[in-house]
Parts: sequence; structure tokens; C-alpha cells
Amino acid sequence: MNLALSEEQEMLKQAARDFLSEKCPKTALKEMEESQEGYSPPLWREMAELGWMGLVFPEKYGGAGMSFLDLAVLLEEMGRAALPSPYFSSIILGGLTILDIANEGKKQEYLPQIASGEIVFTLALTEADARYEAWSIKVKATADGDNYIISGTKLFVPDAHIADYLLCVARTKESAKAEDGITIFLVDAKSPGINCTVLKTIANDKLGEVVFDQVKVPEGNILGEKDRGWPAVERIMQRAAVAKCCETVGGMQQVLEMTVDYAKERKQFGRPIGSFQAIQHYLSNMATDVDGSRFVTYQAAWMLSQGLPCRKEVAVAKAWTGEASERVVALAHQIHGAIGVTMDHDLHFYTRRASAAQVTFGDADFHREIVAQEMGL
Amino acid sequence: MDFEFSQEQKKFREEVRDFLEAEIRKGTFKPSCDAWIIGYSPEFTRKIVERGWIGLTWPKEYGGQGRSYIDRLILAEEMLRYGAPVACHWFADRQVGGSLVTFGTEEQKREFLPKIIRGEAFVGLGMSETEAGSDLASLKTRATEDGDFFIIDGQKMWTSGGKYMNYIYLVARTDPEAPKHKGISEILVETKLPGITIRPTIDITGSEAWNEVFFDNVRVPKKYLIGEKNRGWYQIVHQLAYERSGMERLMANYPLFDAILKFARETKYAGKPLAQDSLIRSRLAQLQVEFEVGRLHMYRVALVMDEGRAPDWEASMSKAYATAFEQRLASLAMDILGLYGQLLGESKLVPIMGMAPHSYLGSKGYSLQAGTSEILRNIVATRGLGLPTE
Repeated sequence: MNLALSEEQEMLKQAARDFLSEKCPKTALKEMEESQEGYSPPLWREMAELGWMGLVFPEKYGGAGMSFLDLAVLLEEMGRAALPSPYFSSIILGGLTILDIANEGKKQEYLPQIASGEIVFTLALTEADARYEAWSIKVKATADGDNYIISGTKLFVPDAHIADYLLCVARTKESAKAEDGITIFLVDAKSPGINCTVLKTIANDKLGEVVFDQVKVPEGNILGEKDRGWPAVERIMQRAAVAKCCETVGGMQQVLEMTVDYAKERKQFGRPIGSFQAIQHYLSNMATDVDGSRFVTYQAAWMLSQGLPCRKEVAVAKAWTGEASERVVALAHQIHGAIGVTMDHDLHFYTRRASAAQVTFGDADFHREIVAQEMGL
Repeated sequence: MDFEFSQEQKKFREEVRDFLEAEIRKGTFKPSCDAWIIGYSPEFTRKIVERGWIGLTWPKEYGGQGRSYIDRLILAEEMLRYGAPVACHWFADRQVGGSLVTFGTEEQKREFLPKIIRGEAFVGLGMSETEAGSDLASLKTRATEDGDFFIIDGQKMWTSGGKYMNYIYLVARTDPEAPKHKGISEILVETKLPGITIRPTIDITGSEAWNEVFFDNVRVPKKYLIGEKNRGWYQIVHQLAYERSGMERLMANYPLFDAILKFARETKYAGKPLAQDSLIRSRLAQLQVEFEVGRLHMYRVALVMDEGRAPDWEASMSKAYATAFEQRLASLAMDILGLYGQLLGESKLVPIMGMAPHSYLGSKGYSLQAGTSEILRNIVATRGLGLPTE
């Protein structure tokens, strides 16, 4: 049992922190959010040069062969910087799924390009029902010779507007059991019949409504097993939930530090407001939530990294961290007073992201249900 | 980072479990809530002594085993999981021994550590007074020097298990002229000395949980001064961190947690198990989530100790968190039991051995003992986050 980062991880953490505080100050962040792409392509290329996109992939695919736990450290720093980028979409949702279930040919074709940042992947999973459950997958893929024809609408697809490829989770068979008949397709985003509309969101990130209108996809672009894709989707969701928690923990840590600094500096009644017990207790509660979230998040990341079964631990992490982060930002606002609810202050970046992270890849209720199942209830 | 235990630790956990399950089968004890603080059984403590499970982390030269705090936490976790009656030796094992190791003289270590390890010294705590609760440093019990002795006069409160304890780790004022934090000393006092009266305080559950201890002209040899005279405040702060650090703050009611889960699985209303009621299901799952978070807080504290430093704000954070969890556990158990939850005693109508109302009432004190949750938050804020006090 050891909760400390390794020397290498500490170095990665520090390097990422230094890089992002220089390259992603809050002024730049605003510009990125407001740009059409929603991120900075030059910064993306610099991140690629640092080897971040390839970090978690084996060396033979152009990666650095590091672990999911190492990746967790980097994701935490990205969350701390509130960095807008398609990293999550391309690496966690795209690359790691390909690594998990694609055949060798597909891995060799796509992973080196993902690892170099040349192409961006994303995952088209959720639909109008906005659930992370098999029954909510209604987009259909119908066999047509050597091809499949995909039709239907995917919603809340992150970075769809800039993605080169989509992993589309579609229904290939009607079955009494909703989990049966799900297939994952690798789809070129430029395929005729794909139409993407960017949705305006609370976190100012770019989620897309992606309409598939008779989109033709070669049968060879099925990733993993036909009709039996749901277990792979569950693994995607586990990795994504933990990765979201990592980003969230980084954001929470930053919010805590900002708020402690503010409480030390801001004076009312002739003394720093941080000397008042009411404020101290708020901050203590925040620190407790930050540390607890970090523990359960890294526990889950470590288990994923070790390849251990961790359905419960992942659910514990997401159920806890989502709500904890909302408590942390709420108290941060209370302590910051009115300045914290303006666009002049940086706090809103974190408040908005925490809100989005809470509902992405399963909210607390969704994950509590998984915990309940794992408890044998 | 590594969230797994070593093979030896896993084996150790198995060994502790096997022992406890065998003892339960033999009828040595019945799992119960709060057994770490109200389960006094010198016989059971003797069995623990035979196993060598007291003073696990203390240096070998004094009879300890020099093992890690994670090992000790594993032991504590299993004792609590099974609700074993460990109160006789708990306080000495948890905090007094550590204070002796850190601050005691060579002679004191040689005298007391083996005694604690052999289950011959049960040590209670003499800290709070009527006017010294959260503001412990304002304590008034006096220790006046008289040749080779201290003369102790005053009154302590909230001493757990007083009638079983043959020693009290006393915090007393040795310099009334000095500023309040600078005139306090620690003295180990034998409870059989003339002038000591111990009177039980009945707590809200009806248990003899605590005692008042009166000192009237009690003569204690000076050689039982622990550490430096008038430096006692700084020493007791160290000990309090150990007092707050343990798994008992999270798992004192683990038998209730187990039992209420079983109850929810097995009890049917309108043909449907309670556990399938979406609201109850969600609340129980949330409790499990909170438990898992708390458990890692506890392990963090043990890891701090294994780094060789006293747990500081980390122990305050974990205790404030964990006692709130215990209170929510008790409240949820009462909600689930509904009208039955209010039943006390041995009647066949009383569900899950009356654990729920006991915990519901008893847990009110958890956020007060060993530092109120408010004091603990002050510590996290000032010592952990560096916030100013004025």
C-alpha cells in the first residue's frame, strides 16, 4: 500500500504543470473556448511533440508505453489547467478503445497517427435518451453486402466537429436482451451522410449532434466482435469515467488552492476572511472532498492500470467525485463572494466543467446503482 | 502508488480473521458495535496478548515487533469488522505506547511497554475536565512538586473504561504561573493509589462508557513524569493525533453496517426485498461509497505514520469525515427499520440485536470525542491549509 506518486510520475506532473501554466493561462483559455475549433491546434501540436498523445500506447505503435496510472497524472494536470482539447476524446475514447479491441492491422494503421496527434478520434455513443445503457442505443447499422449502412442520430458526441474518425456504437441486431446486438464501427468522419451540429454547452466544450444518414461503412471497420460490442463499451465507459474523475480532481485541487489564497488575502472587518472559523470550516470540508476524491480516483486508475476487475471501484470514484466537485465549487463561490460569479474571475471555468463532468459517463445515481449491484443489493 | 497489500499482509489479515471467527464460534464474544470503547474483556485481551497483537509497531527492544502502521491498521480493521471486545488494551496500544516510545525515558520504556504488551497495564486517559473540553490547555488539575513526588489534585472527566484501567495517562498543570500552554506536564498514574476515586458517567445509550476521576492529594513518584516538565501540551498534541487516527472512527459500527445490509436484502415489503426499493438502494450504495472514501482516508493516515511522522491534520481530517459517516450509517439504519428501530432490549421483536438505536444514540458522541469536528476542522484549516488564526 502506497499512495505516493513515483519519481517519474512526479516529474511528469511537474512538467505538465509548468507547460500548461505557461501555455494555457486563463486568457488563452477564453480564446480557445470561443474559437470555432474549441481548442488551440498549435498548442495541440506542442502537446504532441511532448509525447502526451502517445504516452499510454505501446512503443510499437509510436507510443511511450506508459501506464493508465501515468496517464491519470497527466489528466489531473489538464483538469487543473481547465485545458480545452480533444485529448480525452482522441486518447481515452478513441485510442484506448482501438488498443483494447481492434485487430492488429487497425492498430498499426491508426494508433501511430493518434499517438502523434495527426488525427483525432471520438466516440459516438449516447443518443436522444441520454443514457449510458444498452437499451438507449437505437442508431441502426444494417448489413448491405460488404458494407453496413448506419442511420440515426448520436447526441453529446465530444469534439465531433473536428474529429477525423468516429467510433460509432450501433445496433446491428434486435434482441430481447438490449446488450445483445451492439457493434462498434470505425467511421471516417468525412463519409457522405454524416452531418454534425455543434451544441452550445455549459462547459463551453464542443458536444455535437451527429446525424448519420445512410452512412456506408465497410464491414472491415467493425472493431471487436459484431453484435457483442457491449462489454467493450462497458470498458470504454470505465476508462472514461475514471479519466473524467482525474480531470475533475485536478480542477478541484486548483479551486481549493485558489480559494485558500483568496481567503488569506481578502480582508473584511480588518482581518483576512480565512481567519474566521466559518470560512476555515468550509475550506476544511473542501480539502476533505479533494483528498477523498483523489484517493478513490487513483484507486480506480491503479486497478485499471493493473488490469484488475474494478467495476465497483470505478463506480465509487465517479459517484463520489462528481458530487464532491460540485460541493467544492459551491463552497469556493461562497468564499469568493460576488467576484467569483463574474466572468472576470477564473472560478467559472471550473464551476462549468464540474457540472459537465458530473453528468458525463454516468452521474452519481448511475454509479450508485452499479455500487448497489456490486454490494449484492 | 500501490493499492494492494503485500502477501504477508494478506496472510496476516487472514490469520486475524480466522482467529476472530474461531472465537465467535467458541462463544468468546458476540460481535457488537462500539466494542473498541465499551467492550471490556480482560480475558479477550489475554488472548490478544498470546497472539502478540499489542504493540505491533513498537521497537523490538521493548517487546514490540517493529511492524508497520499499515499492519496495525489491518489488525484494527479486522477487530472492528468483527466487533471484538478490545477496549482494555485499545488506548494503551493506540496512543500511550507511542507517547512512551517518543517521549519516555529508557527506564519508563523498559517498565511500561512490556507491561502493556503483556496486558498487565490497561491505561486510561486523563485529559478533559469540567472547564477544559475543546480548550484542553485551560485544564486545572494540579501536579505540585514535593521532593521526589508530585501531589495531584483535581478532577478529570470522560475517562473511558475507568474501572478497568490500572493506569491513567494524566495531563496536569505543573506551572500555574506560566502561559496556559507552557505549564502542562504528562504523568503516568497508577489508579490504585490512595486519593483516587473513579465514578462512572452513564452515557446516552445507558452504558458506563466514561468516568469521572477525582484526585485528592495523590502522591505519584516523579519518575513517572513522561517527557519534559511543562512541555506536556506539545506532547499531548502529538498523542491526540494518534488518538484521532484510527479505523475505529470509521468502523465502530461495522457490525451494524453488515446487519442492515443483510436486513435490506432479506426483508420483504409487499413481496419485494427492501434492497430493491430504489431509494433505499441508492442510500445504501451511497453509504458504501462514503465508507470506501473513509477507508482510504484512514490508510493515508497510517501511511503518514509509516513515513515516520506523527499524523497531524490528516488525522483530524479523517476523524471528522469518518464520524460523520458513522452518524449517517446509524440514521439510515434507523430509517430502514422504521417503527422497529425504536425498540430496545432483548425482546424478540427487536431487530438486529438493537444495534441501530444504540448506534444512533452513541454516535452523537463520536464527533465530540478526541476533538470535536469543529476543532478538527480548525486544525485542517490552520495546520493543513495554512490559514491565519487572526
